[in-house]
Amino acid sequence: MSSPVLLFVIVGKNEPLYEAEFNKLPGSAATSDSVTRQNYFVLHSALDLVDKAAWTTNNMYLKVVDKVNQQQVSTFLTAGNIKFMLLHGGRSEDSIKNFFTDVYELYVKLSMNPFYQYDTPITSKTFDNRVRAIARRYLS
Amino acid sequence: FRFVCGLSFEGQVLALRVRSATMSHQNPNTMGPAAWKGMDKMNSELFTLTYGALVAQLLRDHEDVDAVNAQLDKMGYNIGVRLIDEFLAKSNTERCANFETTANLVAKVGLKMFLGINANVEKWNSDKTACSITLSDNPFQAFVELPPSLSNLCYCNLMCGVIRGALEMVNRVVKCEFVKQKLHGADHDEIRLTLEEVKEDQPPPDDE
Repeated sequence: MSSPVLLFVIVGKNEPLYEAEFNKLPGSAATSDSVTRQNYFVLHSALDLVDKAAWTTNNMYLKVVDKVNQQQVSTFLTAGNIKFMLLHGGRSEDSIKNFFTDVYELYVKLSMNPFYQYDTPITSKTFDNRVRAIARRYLS
Repeated sequence: FRFVCGLSFEGQVLALRVRSATMSHQNPNTMGPAAWKGMDKMNSELFTLTYGALVAQLLRDHEDVDAVNAQLDKMGYNIGVRLIDEFLAKSNTERCANFETTANLVAKVGLKMFLGINANVEKWNSDKTACSITLSDNPFQAFVELPPSLSNLCYCNLMCGVIRGALEMVNRVVKCEFVKQKLHGADHDEIRLTLEEVKEDQPPPDDE
């Protein structure tokens, strides 16, 4: 049951702050509920591994922290300890690294908005549109 | 000999008159950048973030958008009544003959020297008492996105207060408000400046 779905989650200290699914095939029937739930489960169970991997390196980009079935979880850790996590079915490291770097720039600009508080859910529509544009550019 | 002397004396008086006439038509387009060069500068991101923190704190204190707008205007007014002294000292301006000159000085010299903004004055009404100052870029607004719950917030209202306060100290009572804002979706900011009253010069209060 290999799904080409890409799941991107921004996780704060206590809860996810932002979620986006980048399906390569928008025309296909919506991925069944169980597949979606499984994806979220895989991503959240990788959180402990992220914390473990963070001790091993100075970089923000933590590469692949977990492999489950055919899917891999890559993570990027921001300076404020916010985790960008991407569930994917095997993509080149470079494209994922570029994706994370661009989303990080967006995130920094968002934090400069006086009306956005650190570690709160991200509801800005412009942020969502831009993240999807970046995903289209690097991940498909 | 006296004839020659007389002529040269009149020549000097004429030269003086010509000089003062050209000086009173000083060019705000050159004065603005010149004054800007002489001012102390600060980091623009620090400025933007500080103003953003100020507005966010006001919103937490008041919780009513109209109250915040009024408070920003009041704070701007207090800044403006003090800023006019610095403006007059550093920009080397002369008395304005009419409101048109005043508006040009505000837009081209004032906004330029304090904020580095390049502004234009347009949309004059028929008796030259109201105009629009358009700003294409505004250092207060960098990185800001208004959430939908704050769509009535006039984020840069401080600027209007400053202009109003400064002009009131030189005896021009004006109404100053934003009619178009980039944060509300327009493609540039527009401030409508309307002259309401020209006050008479008053002698300083009696010190006895």
